[in-house]
Amino acid sequence: MSDASLQSNVTTPAGDAGFRDFVALLKPRVMSLVVFTALVGILVAPNPVHPFVAFTSILFIALGGGASGALNMWWDADIDRIMKRTQKRPIPAGKIAEGEALGFGIALSGISVVMLALAANIVAGLLLAFTIFFYVVIYTMWLKRWTPQNIVIGGAAGAFPPMIGWAVATGGVSIESILMFALTFMWTPPHFWALALFMNDDYTKAEVPMLTVTHGRKSTRKHILVYTLLLAPVALATSFTSIGGPIYFAVSLVLNLLFIRGAIKIWRRDEDEAQADKYLAERKFFKLSLYYLFLHFTALLLQSALGVTWGGF
Amino acid sequence: MAPKVEHEMHYRRLGRNVGLGLSLFAFVAIVFWLTLAKVQRGEPVEAFDHTARPSLETQDSGN
Repeated sequence: MSDASLQSNVTTPAGDAGFRDFVALLKPRVMSLVVFTALVGILVAPNPVHPFVAFTSILFIALGGGASGALNMWWDADIDRIMKRTQKRPIPAGKIAEGEALGFGIALSGISVVMLALAANIVAGLLLAFTIFFYVVIYTMWLKRWTPQNIVIGGAAGAFPPMIGWAVATGGVSIESILMFALTFMWTPPHFWALALFMNDDYTKAEVPMLTVTHGRKSTRKHILVYTLLLAPVALATSFTSIGGPIYFAVSLVLNLLFIRGAIKIWRRDEDEAQADKYLAERKFFKLSLYYLFLHFTALLLQSALGVTWGGF
Repeated sequence: MAPKVEHEMHYRRLGRNVGLGLSLFAFVAIVFWLTLAKVQRGEPVEAFDHTARPSLETQDSGN
């Protein structure tokens, strides 16, 4: 009997994780959002980008995002073991050692930042480096376990990709890229708080100070409504910049009305009502929030491709 | 069932090594194609050594 067989039922020995386990460390589902929003950032920018440069840039933006996901899993391994939603991640599942995830995350961060700076420009590379720093140090290490506003400020990390995409094409930052950033930034709190409303037990067990844990569900419902109301003008404002137009405005208007309606519904409900239908309204709002962001960025793409401007009306 | 466990471990190692090999190959290919893409776009590259070239000067620059 070999030493491998002795350990096989407990954990994967250090250094023996499979390729898929390392891919799982990169949070592939989050990566898809990063890829899509960064792609939109590049495509709606006024400067054309060589297709291969665009492809390479998106690849390394995605890998940079994945690297920050790996570092997040390394730091959060202790609470990932407690929360049901995260117990199957490679570290708590015993497939990858914490040190391996740390090394992998750091190496991949360095490679992706340097390669993006070389492929596109220094501004894009610096923005990616700042994004990784923000997600890992500011959000994961500092805010997440310290303040119930963790999601609000930490959401900035997920909002950077379209801004990086814009920087790949233009070499700078402008009002358009700031508004694309602001859209995702303002969208994150209601999106995650809706999730927290029906996944509350997980955060309570892990002692993560989610708003639902520290201020209660009633306050969280109010926060969702307030942030949804604040999100609407930010989303609509993009209509009146160089990347906006009537198509984007129409899509954004409908989505914001639906989102506000959903937030009002959540705000009006109490816990008994929510538990009676197993958080149906909250789950629907969470699902809508996924479509909300995806369709906003799709509308920007359509707007850019069709080129219909306000002057045409 | 020891031999089977060893096979699983070897299979996992093989998968990781093949994955790593393919990733390295992809990286080399990316650097190669990226170089080609950048070299083919000659105009912006000319300015990087800060050497004045007639091809970079505009009509109204007075030169």
